[in-house]
Amino acid sequence: MKQARFEQQYRPEWQALENQLEQLESLHVSKKNKLPLNTFVTDYRKLCHQLALARERGYSVQLQQFLNNLVLRAHRQLYRYNPSLADRIGTFLASGFPRAVRRQWRWHLVSALAFVLSMALVWVLVHQQPEMIYTVVDEASIANLESMYQPDNQADMKSERSGDDDVMMFGHYIQNNIGIAFRTFASGLLLGVGALVVMLFNGSFFGAAAGHLINVGAQEPFFTFVIAHGAPELTAIVLAGGAGLRLGWAIIAPGPWSRLDALRLAARDALPTMYGVFSLLLLAAFIEAFWSPRDLAPTIKYSVGAVCWVLLYLYLFFGGRDGTREG
Amino acid sequence: MLIDERLEVETPEGAMLSLSLAGPVPRALAYTIDLAIRLVIYAALAGIFAALGKAGMGLLLILAFVLEWFYPTLFEAFRHGQTPGKKAMGIVVVHANGSPLSFNGSLIRNLLRTADAFPLFYLLGFICTLISPRFQRLGDMAANTLVIHVEETPASSEQNRGESLAPDWALNRDDQLALLAFHERHGQFSDARQQELALLAYPELAPAQALQRLNAVTRYLVEGPA
Repeated sequence: MKQARFEQQYRPEWQALENQLEQLESLHVSKKNKLPLNTFVTDYRKLCHQLALARERGYSVQLQQFLNNLVLRAHRQLYRYNPSLADRIGTFLASGFPRAVRRQWRWHLVSALAFVLSMALVWVLVHQQPEMIYTVVDEASIANLESMYQPDNQADMKSERSGDDDVMMFGHYIQNNIGIAFRTFASGLLLGVGALVVMLFNGSFFGAAAGHLINVGAQEPFFTFVIAHGAPELTAIVLAGGAGLRLGWAIIAPGPWSRLDALRLAARDALPTMYGVFSLLLLAAFIEAFWSPRDLAPTIKYSVGAVCWVLLYLYLFFGGRDGTREG
Repeated sequence: MLIDERLEVETPEGAMLSLSLAGPVPRALAYTIDLAIRLVIYAALAGIFAALGKAGMGLLLILAFVLEWFYPTLFEAFRHGQTPGKKAMGIVVVHANGSPLSFNGSLIRNLLRTADAFPLFYLLGFICTLISPRFQRLGDMAANTLVIHVEETPASSEQNRGESLAPDWALNRDDQLALLAFHERHGQFSDARQQELALLAYPELAPAQALQRLNAVTRYLVEGPA
């Protein structure tokens, strides 16, 4: 068959398929099933056949390309994957996230140890030798810390603080903390070094701040402030570090896979953790902006804080364990 | 048809798809356009939020966060793999098998941007795209995605009836493709160049006749005997 006849014979079909594709591409996922699509799959298969024919018979490159592009577009519509979002979020929070965290417990443990050990080391050092604080933290940050948590300043700050301040700080915590977590994760790709550095840095800083504020007698405002949101916030940063280490390790020691495949698997494996980190940090920002600055009796704040820690770790350790072991 | 790296992908139906990979330059330009769009959105809304005082400040920070981390992801996941910048440059992100980008795929490649941007100005990502046979940066490798050109090719429909003549030698496939390519593209060449090319096929004829003969043969290939 000559090319012109071939084109003449099938052009109406291509036209029809093109029209249908245009409709499909412009519609939102949820409305697509209202279109009359019963012939779409057959049409698509015919088109694949025609493309193969055009290639085999050596029709012009331009025609081949036209058919190729049409196949590509139809392919993209046919192999689209659309599950319901609400269902997926529900299952994820109920079981997916804690399972993902437990599946990678080794990385999270390394990340947590980096954070906790550096924190403990600097905390003890600063506690033993108060002047050590000046080698760990610069003076401006120290002054800033002291002014935030000095008992005398506290009273002023709290009376001045309004709802608008809460919203502003909420935005700040979202932008700053979630950004840090995402960056920590990505920097793990650099052979894990980036994630580890972030863990050590944040651990040391937290240890230094805690040790120093105890030395200057500001421990109560400090701990009543951080205890509740610390649970989701510190946990999330540690989990982001762990997920990052997982990526880095895939490149250092890919095991039986090629480095590229190992990286792909690691990224797919780490992604649920990052969705969880995002949710935890949203929660943390909410608590930190709207609960932590409230001026309540220390016993209340400590008990609420303790409840936060216990609930979070019960969730991470036991969430999604329904007896059916998954690989 | 773009002359660029091409990648063949086989679909489950057994058809071979040919994808044309986008190199660092169109991608960098698309990124620049997106950056400009983000800055404009940020500046415009900064003016509005400024009127809301400190609460507006908080909203602005959230907006900055969303623009930084979710602008590419949301566009790529819900606008067929294209941010406005990519659309302007005619490139699109797809999975390595040519299927449309999923939300997860887009999220992985965009979360890992920080690693690609290391240490400055996407240096690491740039080096990776140059080394990678499929022009992938680190984020693309982890998400198994590709950035390809979307090509718009009009189907050839010009029917210039005229003399048509069977070729006087047994055509093989390569001959046929070369002749058809000439048929489609001869309009882009000057007459002199067309004659020069025609002489390759008919060295024994005068240039003008060679061209006439060649046109007749290519017409025969497309339309059959007159």
